[in-house]
Amino acid sequence: MSQTFIEIVRRALDEELARDPALHLLGEDVAAGGAFGITRGLAQKFGAQRVRNTPISEAAIAGLATGAALCGLHAVLEIMFIDFATLAMDTLVNQSAKYRYMSGGQLAVPMVVRTQSGAAGGAAAQHSQSLEAWFVHVPGLIVVAPSSPAEAYGLLKSAIRLGDPVLFIEHKRLYTMKESLVEGAELPQIGRAHVVRAGEDVTLIAYSAMLTCARDAAELLARDGISAEIIDLRTLAPLDMVTIAESVTKTHRAVIAHEAVRNAGLGAEIAARIGSDLFDELDAPVMRVGCPFAPIPFAPELEQALLPGTVDIVRAVRSLLN
Amino acid sequence: MIPLNPEQVSREALLDMYRMLWRIRTFEDQVRRLAAAGEVPGFPHLSTGQEAVAVGVCAHLSQQDLLFTSHRGHGHVLAKGSDIEAMFAEILGRETGLCRGRGGSMHLVDVAHGVLGATGVVAGNLSLAAGAAWAMQARSVKHISVVFFGDGATGAGAFHETLNLAALWKLPVFFVCENNGYAEFTSREEHSKVAFVRRFAEPYEMPAATIDGNDVLAVLAAAGEAIGNVRSGAGPYLLECMTYRMAGHFVGDPQHYRSKEEIAAWHAKDPIERLKRHIQQSGIAASELDSAGESARQEVQRAADRARGAPRPNPADVLADVYSAKCLNATAG
Repeated sequence: MSQTFIEIVRRALDEELARDPALHLLGEDVAAGGAFGITRGLAQKFGAQRVRNTPISEAAIAGLATGAALCGLHAVLEIMFIDFATLAMDTLVNQSAKYRYMSGGQLAVPMVVRTQSGAAGGAAAQHSQSLEAWFVHVPGLIVVAPSSPAEAYGLLKSAIRLGDPVLFIEHKRLYTMKESLVEGAELPQIGRAHVVRAGEDVTLIAYSAMLTCARDAAELLARDGISAEIIDLRTLAPLDMVTIAESVTKTHRAVIAHEAVRNAGLGAEIAARIGSDLFDELDAPVMRVGCPFAPIPFAPELEQALLPGTVDIVRAVRSLLN
Repeated sequence: MIPLNPEQVSREALLDMYRMLWRIRTFEDQVRRLAAAGEVPGFPHLSTGQEAVAVGVCAHLSQQDLLFTSHRGHGHVLAKGSDIEAMFAEILGRETGLCRGRGGSMHLVDVAHGVLGATGVVAGNLSLAAGAAWAMQARSVKHISVVFFGDGATGAGAFHETLNLAALWKLPVFFVCENNGYAEFTSREEHSKVAFVRRFAEPYEMPAATIDGNDVLAVLAAAGEAIGNVRSGAGPYLLECMTYRMAGHFVGDPQHYRSKEEIAAWHAKDPIERLKRHIQQSGIAASELDSAGESARQEVQRAADRARGAPRPNPADVLADVYSAKCLNATAG
């Protein structure tokens, strides 16, 4: 039976709440289901103490989850939009990320911050951003960005069980995507990328909703006889350079695609590493596909004009092969 | 149980507090001396003059009660019972330090003594303390969470957010404000419209009091009442302790922003001298008092000397403990 991203994430939370009595859900409106209905029904099932509404106080609730985690109370905190995570930056960057290190290993912050990012449907400049690079830049934080419902199910469970602070980024365009779960499948490891399509001529590296564009691009390129390998990063920090290196060593070309602005995005980091680690393997420059350097606009025509997608990936690949 | 009436505090308890005041005073003097000699990395912030708050509050805490403090936290950590040598070793950046030299003066953590951390970002510790209190509440444990902060923290949004949340959820957290009149170099008059920090508790119906933070017996009494309240499950409490840092904001601060007269007036309210006078009036011999102070000073001096000889961390270990062992590619970034 196929289920939407929302239903599958809800199922993962439901099962983890049942498995781990120390687990709590926390966030604005979560007892009522949250802004996107992901936690709907969980407060009724597990009680208002374990699925707990908070004030609109991102700084305080991020600290609350962190302080509780220091005492072994695991929280999955929902930050409604990644744009609002900027209000919790002190806690996430200065406290949660660094506690294990600063304490010389005495303490840990087993906590997951679920948040939602990306542009769709005119959410405009303050509800559409892809800010993952901000967090990828901070040692101690783990950043995970699933590209499908089934992947989100496994990665969320792994994130909850990991023992480190994890930022779990859900793309709003994926919320209606449907997929069937393979029952009893092994949980994916955090920190490992996944080759979703084998190919010979070019490596497409993508994550989150951009993976769908990469798949579509690979189909289009295949019609022209171009064989693209696709890597779904899954974990953005720490980065799985082993999987990337294996692929690029085979294809000798790489295109990195993300919805976040190209400038100082994750693609820049990956391109730099490929350039320095695999220079002799490259037959062409590493290309990046990303958003031009502008805020996300409101009007649908403008939003579409700005967002990178399948066409941009195809164009980037063609430019490498010509 | 420590009696709330100062007249009923036992002779042993008075001497214990007197020793702890001296431990903190001497500890800070040593840090200042070592920093001046270039032996302390970074920029330590001293609590000299504010010792009575740490001592009066921590006298009521067990090892299982959780403590959060600020960048000016040496005194709180000492009063909570942490090992003096391990604290010096941490501040000197040694492998035998509380945090194996990874944290330093502003990030002291000592889980064994319930010290869950000092925070270098003003107001950053408040919500963490509320979170620890939430964990205690969720487990129906009677331990409480205590957080020390300066009046400068009241300028941060996180302070107000946390007060609301703590009151709303009736969290067992004790907010202890050391109102030393300055947010770094800026006076309270210049940085806040609200003269007294306890006023911020009013809209949340949180019990609060303002007391003389340089009188350890006043702190002892007020903290006892407040902690009893918090422990009973009645929710948070805010205690504002009026005090003064006799040292600068950091070691080396030239302190151009305050007058010699102001500093002298507060020196006359030195918490150690005040407790000394009280103890002498209560009939303890001056010689006994002097020897208690001297033994505390020597204990701290010896701990500092030993810590100076402690091994330095191995640079090869610099990438350890960024992530858990379960995390793949932990050093890959």
